[in-house]
Amino acid sequence: MTPEPTTTLTDVDLPETPLTTPEVPAHESASEAAANGKNGRRLSLQDLKAFYGDNEAVHGINLEYNPNEVTAMIGPSGCGKSTVLRCINRMHEEIPGAYSTGKVLLDGLDVYASDVDLTAVRRAIGMVFQKPTPFPTLSIFDNVAAGLKLAGIKGVEASDRVEWALKGAGLWNEVKDRLNSPGIGLSGGQQQRLCIARTIAVEPELILMDEPCSALDPIATLRVEELIQELKEQFTIVIVTHNMQQAARVADRTAFFLLGDLVEVGPTESIFTNPTDSRTEEYVSGKFG
Amino acid sequence: MDTPVRRILTGVAALILVIIAFFLIRLYIEARPVFSAYGATHFVFDNAWLPSKNLYGAWPLIAGTLITSAIALIIGVPIAVAAALFVTELCPRPLRATLTILVDLLAAVPSVVYGLWAVFFLIPKIKPAEQWFSDTFSFLPFVGGQVAGPNYFIAGLLLATMIIPIVSAISREVLATVPQEHKEAALALGATRWEMIRLAVLPYSRAGISGAAMLGLGRALGETIAVTLVIGNSAHLGSTIFSQGYTLAAVIANEFGEAASNPVHRASLIAAGLVLFLLTLVVNFIARFYVTRAEKKMLGGAPVAEPVATGAAA
Ligand SMILES: Nc1ncnc2c1ncn2[C@@H]1O[C@H](COP(=O)(O)OP(=O)(O)OP(=O)(O)O)[C@@H](O)[C@H]1O
Ligand SMILES: [Mg+2]
Repeated sequence: MTPEPTTTLTDVDLPETPLTTPEVPAHESASEAAANGKNGRRLSLQDLKAFYGDNEAVHGINLEYNPNEVTAMIGPSGCGKSTVLRCINRMHEEIPGAYSTGKVLLDGLDVYASDVDLTAVRRAIGMVFQKPTPFPTLSIFDNVAAGLKLAGIKGVEASDRVEWALKGAGLWNEVKDRLNSPGIGLSGGQQQRLCIARTIAVEPELILMDEPCSALDPIATLRVEELIQELKEQFTIVIVTHNMQQAARVADRTAFFLLGDLVEVGPTESIFTNPTDSRTEEYVSGKFG
Repeated sequence: MDTPVRRILTGVAALILVIIAFFLIRLYIEARPVFSAYGATHFVFDNAWLPSKNLYGAWPLIAGTLITSAIALIIGVPIAVAAALFVTELCPRPLRATLTILVDLLAAVPSVVYGLWAVFFLIPKIKPAEQWFSDTFSFLPFVGGQVAGPNYFIAGLLLATMIIPIVSAISREVLATVPQEHKEAALALGATRWEMIRLAVLPYSRAGISGAAMLGLGRALGETIAVTLVIGNSAHLGSTIFSQGYTLAAVIANEFGEAASNPVHRASLIAAGLVLFLLTLVVNFIARFYVTRAEKKMLGGAPVAEPVATGAAA
């Protein structure tokens, strides 16, 4: 694939493709869909390179993310974890001058294919950011419903989904009596769970999390980690973290990055106890980074 | 804050209030002859301004000021905000600087030039369109009948052009403060660029944009020379937006020379200035109230910082 400038990718409305949010059939509520075992998708990166202008920040990565597993991406600051993550849902190209090459395949479908609808990609691949970002003027309910509105889901179905998502994010009991109060009135940890609810409400196939706990206190962190464990029943999850213990606690597999390269990937346990590469060993044992 | 700095700031803030109060009092004293001769209520609400017949009813002027400013806001603010949105969020990067400079250049045109341009170009060019609008939409209130060359609408349109640069420049600043994370959060949910603007950008900058509109309104209310040239300077309140009218600022500019020999006329012009001043203050207070309320709503009842002026003056 050749590098494409960002402008050609962003504003074009492309024809419908298979890569749209799977709509829940009308007779089936969101929670039923969940109970029926909605599965996450397999994601593979093939020779993914990412550029900021002339600067190549990620140097050709090949990586598989298994469905319904949590994959952690670790590595020292600046090694390109966030960049890889943002290439997956095509947020990378929002940065002026930034572009990527290679393939990002969601169950075999290239999200960079020219007939793929950009908004559909982002709906299928949810993202939780480092800092909680509830929309400032919206109520708790409307925050969670924001993505649903964009997808054209309204009315009773939207309220069902909001409830389901807030329950899924472990926030329902705390907010069910004040759904109409502003989202930014919540605590930091609650806000982050609100953002997770907002992300899962549209039922993505994959969830990307970029250091989702770095702005949270230990208890809120623990709460989100438990949540990640529950969410992987239905979603494939990719999480970037600086916290080695966190990777060890939540991830099934862990990938170690260094200077824009993937050094090693494997089951979390073996990465932490028995890494094959000496650089991985030095990093996980805290010798640098 | 340490005490000396605090004292100095308090002093400066108090000084501003004192100067404003002094202005008001001085204007009131100078204007008193007309109030004592006709009564303040008559001065404000009588619908005839004919100094030659000793009629000083400022209502056509007050209404004209409000009508033209309202038209300016209704036309100018959406265009200014759209221009700001286009420059900050939509237009290709290389075009940005050029567009910004072009919009800002509108502010560099002297207002008398705007006025002349309107008299010799805008009025004749736009009159057929106005007449068509007036005939077609005559069922609307304040529309219909014969269109006058100079009229409220032309003045409002001209004022809109004149407030666009300032409103647009401030809106651009405000839009630039929207955190990247909020915009990305919207995009990551599958929002298109326009949906992102509605979801993350506009709500975040609503209060700031209202503030920008307020400054534009301040300029529109007080603008003198351009309006004087295109308003028609009519003694009575017009019945449609295409009628000739008058504004407070225009009357002062037009009649101050001839009023020197007539103390009541002179006092009445100063009274018009006083009314304009009060009008600007009231409009600002109302606008400020709405902005604060919008901010409060946004913060969800969280305590809002004391307004600076009262805090400092206390
Ligand atoms: N907006 C940008 N413009 C230019 N270069 C960038 C930009 N963002 C990141 N980079 C560069 O890309 C490289 C990878 O950055 P990235 O943010 O992906 O690292 P990271 O692994 O997420 O680091 P951290 O752990 O600190 O979040 C860095 O060398 C950085 O300098
Ligand atoms: Mg990062």
